Amino acid sequence: MAGTAVRGRLTWQIATVSAITRETARAVTITLEVPGWPGHQAGQHLDVRLTAEDGYRAERSYSIASAPGEPVVITVERLDDGEVSPYLTDELRVGDELELRGPIGGYFVWAPEDGGPLLLAAGGSGVVPLRSILRYRQRSGATTATRLLYSARSLADVIYRDELSRSGGGVEVIYTLTRVRPPGWRGHAGRADAALLADVAWPAGQDPLAFVCGPTSFVETVAGALTGLGYPAGRVKTERFGATGGG
Amino acid sequence: MEALDGNAIGGLLHEVFGTEMTAAEGTCAACGARAPVAQAVVYLDAPGTVARCRHCASVLMVIVARRQYRCVDLSGLAALDVR
Repeated sequence: MAGTAVRGRLTWQIATVSAITRETARAVTITLEVPGWPGHQAGQHLDVRLTAEDGYRAERSYSIASAPGEPVVITVERLDDGEVSPYLTDELRVGDELELRGPIGGYFVWAPEDGGPLLLAAGGSGVVPLRSILRYRQRSGATTATRLLYSARSLADVIYRDELSRSGGGVEVIYTLTRVRPPGWRGHAGRADAALLADVAWPAGQDPLAFVCGPTSFVETVAGALTGLGYPAGRVKTERFGATGGG
Repeated sequence: MEALDGNAIGGLLHEVFGTEMTAAEGTCAACGARAPVAQAVVYLDAPGTVARCRHCASVLMVIVARRQYRCVDLSGLAALDVR
């Protein structure tokens, strides 16, 4: 299949799972071998398609978590009533095959020459494409001053926590925990709102560039707050995956 | 039903148009607002896939699967500028 893919066309192809890493109780990171992968940009996604024995098909989009030049990696969060994610997080094994197409998207993508400073805002697993951006920033040697605002239910729900704790060199990670805070937590609490954004966002006068990804309500709130702070619409890139993530 | 955005139909649009479309700029035929397709308000199962203008909520695109065909209605767009 991959051998017959026409350049520029988007075709379904078979990938092989080469590694699975558990990130949190509900999220796993899946490394894929994709024959003929044309390479991806930071922030892009891919579509996964599962076909049941009776022919029923379900398709979902997953953000690519790895930087351009790295193997294709996705991180999937389990949604209990989902049609696709429980299979990916609980059943999938190394060596299994997975049908996918990608890379997809040309709007929610970042390249070092896009300028900054960079504000990355993640709601839950919305951190996945932003991790690709962070890794690319590091791999490319970009020095763009960067802040990641990450809204998670609890510290235990933070995906890539170890990796994020090691980010340095111009990257600042700011958490807000919406449901459970550890004793003595001194970080932000509650959902991201205009007051929090006013506190952590780069001043609009610095010509910042923002990438906002998460549940629809999170994205609306954050993008609205940034517009209120004077960010031009063209400098606030948004990606919404719904309250449930789609399954 | 949950509203997503045009990123969610990047794969479908690529399939229909044969190229990346989320960064393409669409102009709403109703209100004239111009924005990247990625910014449209998208419902995946409306039935069919429906993209609406984020400014005035008018329907921009409807894509319906019919056996092996995709029926694509773009009458809500005054222009669609692909980079």
